[in-house]
Amino acid sequence: MESVTPPSERFTRTHQVARRERAQTVAKWVFGAMSLAMVLPLVAIIVYLLYKAWPSLGWEFLADIPRKGMREGGIWSAFVGTLYLVGLSLAISAPIGVLAAIYLNEYARESWLNRLINMAVINLAGVPSIVHALFGLGAFVYGARFGFSILSASLTLAIMTLPVIIASTREALSAVPRAFRDACANVGATRWQTIRAVVLPNSISGILTGIILQVSRAAGETAPVMFTGAVFFKAVSRGDLFPYRLGDQCMALSMHLYTVSTQVPNVKESIPYATAVVLLGSVLLVNASAIVLRIWLRGRKKW
Amino acid sequence: MGAPRPQRPKASIAIERIIEFVIRLSGVSAVFFVAAIFFFIFREAVPVLWDPDFDFAEFLFSKEWYPTSVNNVRYGTFALTIGTLSVTGVAIVLAVPFGLGAAIFISEFCSPKIKETLKIVIELLAAIPSVVWGFIGLTVMSKLIVSVTGTAVGVNLLNGGFILALMSVPVIVSIGEDALKAVPDSYREAALALGATRWETVFRVLLPAAKNGLLAAVLLGVGRAVGETMAVLMATGHAVQIPHGLLDSVRTLTANVAAELGEAPAGSSHYRVLFLTGVLLFAITLVVNVAADLAVRGIRRK
Amino acid sequence: MTASRLAIEVSDLRVAYGTKEVLHGISFDVKENEIFAIIGPAQSGKTSLLRCLNRTIDQVAEASVTGTVKIDGLDVRRVKDVFALRRKVGMVAPLPVGLPLTIFDNVAFAPRCAGMKARGELEAIVERCLRQAALWDEVKDRLGSLGTALSGGQQQRLTIARALSHDPEILCLDEFSIAIDPVTTMRIEDVLKELQSRVTIILVTNLVQQARRLADRTMFLWNGDIVEVGSTDVVFSDNPADRRTYGYVNGIFG
Repeated sequence: MESVTPPSERFTRTHQVARRERAQTVAKWVFGAMSLAMVLPLVAIIVYLLYKAWPSLGWEFLADIPRKGMREGGIWSAFVGTLYLVGLSLAISAPIGVLAAIYLNEYARESWLNRLINMAVINLAGVPSIVHALFGLGAFVYGARFGFSILSASLTLAIMTLPVIIASTREALSAVPRAFRDACANVGATRWQTIRAVVLPNSISGILTGIILQVSRAAGETAPVMFTGAVFFKAVSRGDLFPYRLGDQCMALSMHLYTVSTQVPNVKESIPYATAVVLLGSVLLVNASAIVLRIWLRGRKKW
Repeated sequence: MGAPRPQRPKASIAIERIIEFVIRLSGVSAVFFVAAIFFFIFREAVPVLWDPDFDFAEFLFSKEWYPTSVNNVRYGTFALTIGTLSVTGVAIVLAVPFGLGAAIFISEFCSPKIKETLKIVIELLAAIPSVVWGFIGLTVMSKLIVSVTGTAVGVNLLNGGFILALMSVPVIVSIGEDALKAVPDSYREAALALGATRWETVFRVLLPAAKNGLLAAVLLGVGRAVGETMAVLMATGHAVQIPHGLLDSVRTLTANVAAELGEAPAGSSHYRVLFLTGVLLFAITLVVNVAADLAVRGIRRK
Repeated sequence: MTASRLAIEVSDLRVAYGTKEVLHGISFDVKENEIFAIIGPAQSGKTSLLRCLNRTIDQVAEASVTGTVKIDGLDVRRVKDVFALRRKVGMVAPLPVGLPLTIFDNVAFAPRCAGMKARGELEAIVERCLRQAALWDEVKDRLGSLGTALSGGQQQRLTIARALSHDPEILCLDEFSIAIDPVTTMRIEDVLKELQSRVTIILVTNLVQQARRLADRTMFLWNGDIVEVGSTDVVFSDNPADRRTYGYVNGIFG
């Protein structure tokens, strides 16, 4: 590569060095621009949606129900429906997911069952949402005869979020050093005593973050609820916090966005934009709070 | 040793037993749920295989999809498969260079502050629901495409590919960054000690060392693109045809299920064929995920 | 209490991880209230041996154990309550592990797990154990701060205090001086000599001089076999039973 240089010229900048440094600078700027190309869409999208949605945005839009065939009014029924679906589905999947992760990480030995569960979790996490929709339809709506209902839709969402909760909880649990568990075993603590005193308190932040992130995922999913329990329109009264029962169908924010933007003609232009802003805003808010929580708890790490 | 050893109260031992039982039950339930998914999708799909109107070869290789025709019912998903492949292809061509470039930038070139910020942006980008992406494709992107290219319809292959690229990039960046992070620092130090610039270190040392993980990143990006439903349903324009250019409308396997499942009467052949499409999708993503998992394990073993 | 009662009887103990056998059927006894040193180079199976004593080897999935280990005449593998066994056999790991709890909770953890609740009793135990581990004076004003925030040497003494907190009859120390300075090591060695009247101590060490200073009897373990076990004076003399012992002790091989 480089020829032998006489002592007097060592450490001086040759053309080659300058060229190599130029290549480095160019690489840095190109990659930097590529990264910027991801930041810009996020900002541009949010700004544009806000701009278009502005005429409709306001508390009134959130608290009012859709009127005149969804061409006017607000999104209350859909918003509450999404709260129901997300709340119920996580009430099911979070405990099962966390406990399953505890089993896998703390109890299970290396065995075929454990490998099977691992494989299942990995694959389940990659199953397309429309396949979950098919499963929900086949298993809960028809198979278990729950019909098109909040229950069916929530169960479908729960199964969908389960593997991700298992995976994120396991990650949080395995971040607790093995030495702590050994130390506890050495003084005669049972596994559960170890888990309760040492493992859980030091992984709870990671576990919670994982669950919170699934809140936003469940809220944004459309296909799985569209065929299992969410409907185009459901009459509820304005501002009613408890309009639905388990066996009812409900509206959902994500599906409402799909409906007003593709299925309903002559909608006031700002309504779909405002719906998108509310959905996007809630999701990003939830995610941002998970991130803040994580950063805050990381600062209090104990080892 | 004098004093008697303390005894744990019986109640606390009993409670512990119960908790451990519930934990075990939950662990095994994960397998049960996966088995249930297999079972129920297959159960709804399988009867169609014995339907006289249905031909499996036709299902895979015919481009004629007339599920509701009165006298000429055809269940060919070839055009849909091509639709999925083409949209995924466009997305990957756009997303891979940007995703890997950003992963390299985040991992190797930027300051910790910028790194932290970019990672948060990526996380937020990944959190945007697919229906919102679809809406963006339908409105913003479609107008953009019409005004730039002068084509008649803005919802098409290019639009869907673009949206999917934006959706896959966060996956590629975060997994790719993990892969680069997994390369030991001693490699970097050794390369720098030999007089390599940072760029040369990346190009000659890090990329070869992290290639399995980067492959996994790309595969998971592909997996996300193949399985995506709502965004492509809204942004690709929905015509069952084999596209001849970037500005043709297409329909993907996923979008097709989403569009027609609501109208197919439960138990009909049409309904079962849609479930069969689900099996096909399941199989595709299974292969992609297992491949990505193997690639990731490849690096761990090193 | 007769001085020569056996605290531990090991006979034909074999341990294998998968197909790799690390202990090839060893047999020895440890008398009550003696300090029994185990010396030998790395990878000679010392830690595996200790893990058989309190059955933490159960947690290693691929490990298989044959032969018997009796503690107080009782086969450890017949023990029903393995947690009680572990409380009876205190264990100090090579690297200090302060649990991410307060200093007080670190030491009170074991008694609490065993079912003790009264604050007064716990306080007494914490103070006694921290004093025994020569840590009390340094931490008595900040028992509420985190154990993980202590220095390495302090954490090692905290680990010893924790091992004493459940009143073990046997105390195993696995290369406890790896992470601490010589002065602290000497202080802990003094503590061990004091404890000897109440506790049987098994001291795994790769500092042969430490064994010479402390142990009543010493065992030289090499590649999973016992080369020699006997009185420390004999093992460290110019004429041990096996030439390899002389070589190892004097730094000629190993």
